[in-house]
Amino acid sequence: MANTTTEGPLTLRRDAWWVAPLLTVIVLTAFGIYATWRALEGRYYEVGPYLSPFYSPLILVDWWKFSPAILILWAPLGFRVTCYYYRKAYYRSFFWSPPACAVRGLKSRQGKYTGETRFPYILQNVHRYFFYAATVVLAFLWYDAFKAFFFEDGFGVGVGSIVLLVNAALLTMYSVSCHSCRHLVGGKLDIFSSCPTRYRLWRWVSALNEHHMFWAWISLFGVALADLYVRLVATGTIIDVRLI
Amino acid sequence: MSEVVLQVFRGTTREQGELKEYRVPYVEGMVVLDALHYIQANYDGDLAVRWNCKAAKCGSCSAEVNGKPRLTCKTRIDSLPKDEPIRVYPMRAFPLIKDLVTDVSWNYEAKKRIPPFTPDKNTDWIMFQEDIDRLQEFRKCIECFLCQNVCHILRDHGRKDAFFGPRLMIKIAELEMHPKDILDRTEFLRKEAGVGFCNITKCCTEVCPEGIHITDNGIIPLKERVVDRYFDPVMWIFRKISGRK
Ligand code: SF4
Ligand code: SF4
Ligand code: FES
Ligand code: FES
Repeated sequence: MANTTTEGPLTLRRDAWWVAPLLTVIVLTAFGIYATWRALEGRYYEVGPYLSPFYSPLILVDWWKFSPAILILWAPLGFRVTCYYYRKAYYRSFFWSPPACAVRGLKSRQGKYTGETRFPYILQNVHRYFFYAATVVLAFLWYDAFKAFFFEDGFGVGVGSIVLLVNAALLTMYSVSCHSCRHLVGGKLDIFSSCPTRYRLWRWVSALNEHHMFWAWISLFGVALADLYVRLVATGTIIDVRLI
Repeated sequence: MSEVVLQVFRGTTREQGELKEYRVPYVEGMVVLDALHYIQANYDGDLAVRWNCKAAKCGSCSAEVNGKPRLTCKTRIDSLPKDEPIRVYPMRAFPLIKDLVTDVSWNYEAKKRIPPFTPDKNTDWIMFQEDIDRLQEFRKCIECFLCQNVCHILRDHGRKDAFFGPRLMIKIAELEMHPKDILDRTEFLRKEAGVGFCNITKCCTEVCPEGIHITDNGIIPLKERVVDRYFDPVMWIFRKISGRK
């Protein structure tokens, strides 16, 4: 179309638009490196009543020669990769599509862009299946958190018990605030007044969904810190303090 | 601050047009559109600016202030950096007519292609507030087209042929979620309107002067409806068994 332009400078913005994508790249890369290393490490994931969330549920079978984490991590990983919020985050920061609003991506392919209509991006549509899978994993994490209060000498509370409990709670907030969850509990309805319970659920999930980005980040830090805590205790670097 | 320096795009083509500098006396509380009016009244009467209400309600005065899509009547001068000139450009996603005025007619043409509101013949017209809360958010739209302008699919990739853009996505959402509408636009949404093109990067939401949650409340729920229909085998089987749409 004449007189609209895709040439010229990257942007006419003069504020620090690059800060947010840069921070996202740094944090997600750091998490990616840490999580990969820990998933492949295959040890220091269990100590006392504590099990690292990267290894839960713990599947130990003869035929699997690699780290047991790989058997389950695909679920939470797929859940995050196809998450509507993380999609925004990595499309912007890693793919520069676009890097920020009113900032042109490096590759402006006039007339060729297909978004999420073609392979591989069309696979983002399976997000709700990862939501189901991640919910199963989450149930195990709650079981682990519960188990973390039962030591060899009976019921007790260690710092690790609290860490695993908070981790499960944060991941639950992340899952419940998911857009697919919001749709499934009631968003798909056109007439809320005929399903008052689903409407109430939808309102509740919608309220959490408004802060989905917050839950996405905080639960990401939570799960990494929970794993790190278990590792530090398992390697003897720190001692788990018993509170009760 | 006694004076504001503005650099305003002047010209009828983007290639030949250029920024022209003006000095405008500062008045407490003034907005960018006030400064443009001062320029029209005192320096260049032929400066082309579209506006109507000066109250952020007609959606006419859209432009790019310091590179950001904004309503010029809602952008206070004191909210902008004071140590540099304020640069005002026309919207980039639409053909330039003159200076700050662009041709936004494509938006209206595309809108005409959306299947209109279709109630049942014997509708009883009683509606409950909870059923229309969602639609009322979308009805706040003032058609400023800032969201269309910032959307990279239209702006950078020139895909007006394949994607209707965020403004029209929420128009479709408004119809699809209407308790009294019986038409199914899912196929239209996927094929003709191109909802799959949106990569939910949320710039539309960031610039909307009405604060409409375009992506979270409009586009993502529409994408989920498309998933129900085309990408969810369980839903497909459920529909087959129950005979429901
Ligand atoms: S979220 Fe989608 S519609 Fe909105 S600006 Fe981004 S790509 Fe365009
Ligand atoms: S949705 Fe918001 S930004 Fe888009 S046209 Fe309507 S008011 Fe303007
Ligand atoms: S987990 Fe983010 S949208 Fe589903
Ligand atoms: S003049 Fe009406 S919205 Fe700015």
